[in-house]
Amino acid sequence: MGMTVVEKILARATDQPSVKAGDVVEPRVDLAMSHENGALVINQFQEIYQGTGLEAKVWDPDKIALIFDHRVPAEGAKTATNQKKVRTFAGAQGIHKFHDIRGDEGGICHQILPENGYVRPGQVVVGTDSHTTSHGALGAFAFGIGATEMASVWALGRILNVEVPTTIKVNVVGEFQPYVLAKDLILHLIGKISAQGANFKVIEFHGPAIRKLSTSGRLTICNMAVEAGATAGIVPADAETLRYLHEEAGVKEDVEILGPDADAVYDQVIELDASQLAPQIACPHTVDNVKSVQEVAGKVVNQIVIGSCTNGRLDDLQIVARILEGKKVARNVRMLVFPASARIYLQALKAGYLATLMEAGAVVMNSGCGPCLGVHQGALADGDVALATTNRNFKGRMGNPAAEVYLCSPAVAAASALTGKITDPRKGA
Amino acid sequence: MSKVVLKLGDDVSTDIIYPGRFMATVLPSETPQYAFADLLDFNARLKQKEIQPLSVIVAGGNFGCGSSREQAASCLKGPEFIVIARDFARIFLQNSINLGLNTIICPDIEAEAGDELEISANQVVNLTQEKSFAITPLPRARQAIIDAGGLIAYTRERLMANK
Ligand code: SF4
Repeated sequence: MGMTVVEKILARATDQPSVKAGDVVEPRVDLAMSHENGALVINQFQEIYQGTGLEAKVWDPDKIALIFDHRVPAEGAKTATNQKKVRTFAGAQGIHKFHDIRGDEGGICHQILPENGYVRPGQVVVGTDSHTTSHGALGAFAFGIGATEMASVWALGRILNVEVPTTIKVNVVGEFQPYVLAKDLILHLIGKISAQGANFKVIEFHGPAIRKLSTSGRLTICNMAVEAGATAGIVPADAETLRYLHEEAGVKEDVEILGPDADAVYDQVIELDASQLAPQIACPHTVDNVKSVQEVAGKVVNQIVIGSCTNGRLDDLQIVARILEGKKVARNVRMLVFPASARIYLQALKAGYLATLMEAGAVVMNSGCGPCLGVHQGALADGDVALATTNRNFKGRMGNPAAEVYLCSPAVAAASALTGKITDPRKGA
Repeated sequence: MSKVVLKLGDDVSTDIIYPGRFMATVLPSETPQYAFADLLDFNARLKQKEIQPLSVIVAGGNFGCGSSREQAASCLKGPEFIVIARDFARIFLQNSINLGLNTIICPDIEAEAGDELEISANQVVNLTQEKSFAITPLPRARQAIIDAGGLIAYTRERLMANK
């Protein structure tokens, strides 16, 4: 019986000839990522060692990544102190994949890992962040875990009690129409299968439309696989993955790629046609409340947010700049832009995109999570409506349960910034 | 006997259980004050210690969806809630098991705030409504963590065994 990609990865990580859905395994971990919540992981890690007489040393400092992004620069003393704790720990343990608050190499964890070549096809990647699913874009099995589970990984180098998930295969044919992007595809899929449609499962993406998608677009779809409840999303690695790793992520050595067997067993197969897709909008307050842009066009918005680990990359900023070029953001709108990493920020700066955005009236913020989780930047007022390229619109997201968040692609967000209302980018942009 | 103190619907996210704006607070001893912070009445009752330990929260499907924040489990573990849901989101369920928060999967549960429940190993009896509902057992592998007293203790055992 054939194996899915994730079954193959888990067989390798457990030194077995094969595993199948439902098996319980303890795979080796290749990369373990935390952000500010590393402060809690450290707490739990030290507790594990209490009374053991053993020194609290992580299993392999080269396989741990620590990245500050959620509240950078710190919004208050408590966060600053958490960050200090993590900074000190990284130094003491010799953790080099540490990205502090810096204008040259900082940024959002889910952008930092791929762009530095830390993630490779076939790896097992865990992160104390639910959007760790992003890294499936490079053909890794990547999923979110809690802080105590991460502490256990730091101690043992393995993740305990992983039930091998079943897999949904999504096959995407057809060509994307102009102004229809990867974000529209994943929003459409979530709307179709619901916020729990893939609970405890993996979504494996296939088909010519996926093969043609850049790594940036693949990061967008795998990032949001968790919004359908999936344990992980994965695009089996291919020529584009190798191109990205060698040309953009600075990887020198050869990279092995791993695909599913032709007779792999899937829980379900879903066929989608990219050419039939319109721009999509996820309406408040659940990500699966998805409508086409025509159905919500005209809705007045107060804040446009461009950025996050979902859509804060160079191609996203490029399309926004193209739509805004020489025009002005509507007076009723505050437009906030936060590039996903310092590297992208610099690239967008040099390409002139940021100047275009600022001349149009957008506020360009430092890279980090910023308004996405509404903790320290860009909070909404009571009754405000935000339209964002981020990935969650839960009540209270963006800092105010009395506000509304709509989710969309960068093209829809940019077209809407010009009119102050939800606008179809295919018209008039 | 346990009393239902909160009845919720489907897809209750971790942003509802533990809003993101309190995420700088990480220690399990400090998180309970922010549990359901935006459900103002409930949070006030919790803070005033009006809610007894082993009180029950009943929810629909996909309870705990969203972020991996462990505070969403630790803030309910502190006041010793029992959470009964039709099903749970994966990371929340795993966090709860790791921390020892009592989570019960009960696909057909029917209960309202104020109902009295009797919970045994394989069923929940709603004494108020005179109905009983089967519990879906946790996978064996997860039960091992609970039996060890949580993931910290379980990992410690493994470390000592590897030594
Ligand atoms: S940008 Fe938003 S979704 Fe992405 S890691 Fe940061 S808070 Fe999470």
